[in-house]
Amino acid sequence: MLKLNDLTVSIDNKEIIKSLNLEVKTGEVHVVMGLNGTGKSTLLKSIASSYECTTSGLTELDGENVSALNTVQRAHKGIFMSFQNPIEIPGVNTIYFIKTALNELREAKGLEPLKAPEFMKLLKEKMAILGMDSDILNRSINVGFSGGEKKRSEVLQMLMLEPKLILLDEIDSGLDIDALKTVTKGINSLKSSERSMIIVTHYSRLLEYIKPDVVHILAEGKIVKSGDISLAIALEEKGYEDVLHS
Amino acid sequence: MYIMEKKLEELLSNDYALGFETEVESDAAPIGLNEDIIRLISKKKKEPPWMLEIRLHAYEKWLTMIQPVWAGLDFPTIDYNSICYYSAPKKPLNSLEEVDPQILETYKRLGIPLEEQKLLAGIAVDAVFDSVSVKTTFSEELEKLGIIFCSISEAIINHPELVQKYLFSVVSKSDNYFAALNAAVFTDGTFAYIPEGVKCPMELSTYFRINALNTGQFERTLIIAEKDSYVSYNEGCSAPMRDENQLHAAVVELITLDNAEIKYSTIQNWYPGNQEGKGGIYNFVTKRGKCLGKNSKISWTQVETGSAITWKYPSCLLIGDNSIGEFYSVAITSLKQQADTGSKMMHLGKNTKSTIISKGISAMKGINAYRGLVKVRPQADNARNFTQCDSLLIGNECGAHTYPYQDIQNSSALIEHEASTSKISDEQLFYAMQRGLSQEQAVSLIVNGFCKEVLNQLPMEFAVEAKELLNLTLEGSVG
Repeated sequence: MLKLNDLTVSIDNKEIIKSLNLEVKTGEVHVVMGLNGTGKSTLLKSIASSYECTTSGLTELDGENVSALNTVQRAHKGIFMSFQNPIEIPGVNTIYFIKTALNELREAKGLEPLKAPEFMKLLKEKMAILGMDSDILNRSINVGFSGGEKKRSEVLQMLMLEPKLILLDEIDSGLDIDALKTVTKGINSLKSSERSMIIVTHYSRLLEYIKPDVVHILAEGKIVKSGDISLAIALEEKGYEDVLHS
Repeated sequence: MYIMEKKLEELLSNDYALGFETEVESDAAPIGLNEDIIRLISKKKKEPPWMLEIRLHAYEKWLTMIQPVWAGLDFPTIDYNSICYYSAPKKPLNSLEEVDPQILETYKRLGIPLEEQKLLAGIAVDAVFDSVSVKTTFSEELEKLGIIFCSISEAIINHPELVQKYLFSVVSKSDNYFAALNAAVFTDGTFAYIPEGVKCPMELSTYFRINALNTGQFERTLIIAEKDSYVSYNEGCSAPMRDENQLHAAVVELITLDNAEIKYSTIQNWYPGNQEGKGGIYNFVTKRGKCLGKNSKISWTQVETGSAITWKYPSCLLIGDNSIGEFYSVAITSLKQQADTGSKMMHLGKNTKSTIISKGISAMKGINAYRGLVKVRPQADNARNFTQCDSLLIGNECGAHTYPYQDIQNSSALIEHEASTSKISDEQLFYAMQRGLSQEQAVSLIVNGFCKEVLNQLPMEFAVEAKELLNLTLEGSVG
């Protein structure tokens, strides 16, 4: 699915990711952990081609070199990034935003736009998975949303857009246990042999709900250790210092 | 900011879709301004002597006045003697068959077919081409209800009693520099009269087109709504793309009597000039409504996207008790456009209410200013005003200013003022684009969200046009 080769990313002329290599096979779930400021979010932003990132090296999606593609082109190729703190856009209805995004994606794939009744049906289905209230739909996107509402809205968009590469930036931050359960239920409903995920998190608690295939530890812009879920559990028990130097 | 995939210039050169020119033979006055020109205009219009007298008097006044400088607009001195003050297509215009086919074609290209049967049901149109009205549609239908909808030139000849009573009664012939100039040389415009108790069943609308080179357009519009009547009126404007600046100095007067309501909507899309600020229309407009009657209401809605310079403050004189004045505005300045716009609400009657909602959007090197005055006179008990001015900035080279004035002389008044300035951030664009929206779409979504309150005030057909125009105006503005 995704291959990063010798990836170096700078933000404001500061090198954050340094010659990073990573391969995520189709159907795999990878988790990236690491101390604050080690470049976890930057890694995801670079894969989504954020304006902030100056990136060198190779980014390959399904065997295709996408290094030169911009944010929109990558989104149309099926890359979706859920933001740690999604930005507020005053005056733009959530429902209208989702509909525009979905129909843009469909157009890029050569599909007709969804008609209003079909769209509503699909949306209601997905909202039911997340136990969401429909009052959010007519509010401006992310404006005045609680932490839980923001994360649910991110996952709702993901369910609607059905991406093939999912990037989750601290999807578990600011969620209570109940919200965590419904949000991860939504994420799990998208798990399939056709899709891959990269999940950035600080807490192995999330991994009780989403089972990872590979866990990486990022330090100073490099992957310093990879393993299975036991690596995350060890981190929780011993902390970074011990795990990295054992 | 994002790096544009399409070249900025490429987008901009396609921007102004209405910039074509129509070739028609015209009958134009010699260039320049003097008493003889005014006499010539009056003669061409076959006006009664009283009208000529007013014109000459206004001209005399104008000569003693100085062009206002308080608006903080930056433009070279206008040479009023290098302008042509009268230009009319040569063919006579007694019926649609006699209208030059080229002109009909022009209006067709502007999306305004003048053949009545092809018109959208429910909209009557008056089309003004340079200095004359070329066609007023549906006027016979409206006549059956007693509604008069014709050009102001026709009204001066056919309805002198109404014109003499109301013309210049809201904006006097020497109200301000541009209004005095207009009074001296106005060539055409629209006249509408809604009799007592009549709700006008269709939208009335005027489309103004400046075509001839070096020609100014000075139209004068007068709308009177008698007791218990209602009318919704819309105007649209466009002009060819030219390197020279052209002058547009219009005056609009509205009068509502007891329980009457006028809803006045404008989509202003004069040619804005190019990105270096070359060419474009100088738009100096005085628009004022007088709520004379009790419980009467005047509502202005404007979407200002065109013109190199906009100087315009649609206002309301709230004289009748319980009368209501409203002003809803979206003004966009892109390229090197400058807009200084806002409203004046003068509370004179008791329990009068006014609302001002102003949305200014500045992009590229555009400068946008809101300038407003809320005045409550001592006798105006329980006056209420709510003002909200929001500015949205796109990019780093544009500017937004707000100059709200309040002059409150009665302590029972309740005045509210809200203002905000925001900027479309890279973060917002990245968020929307990550979800697959193109950059243009993302900007348009954010801008439309920002102006929603105002766009909702427009009649439906015009709202659609306004949204398209907003998108066009901002195309390529994020570089």
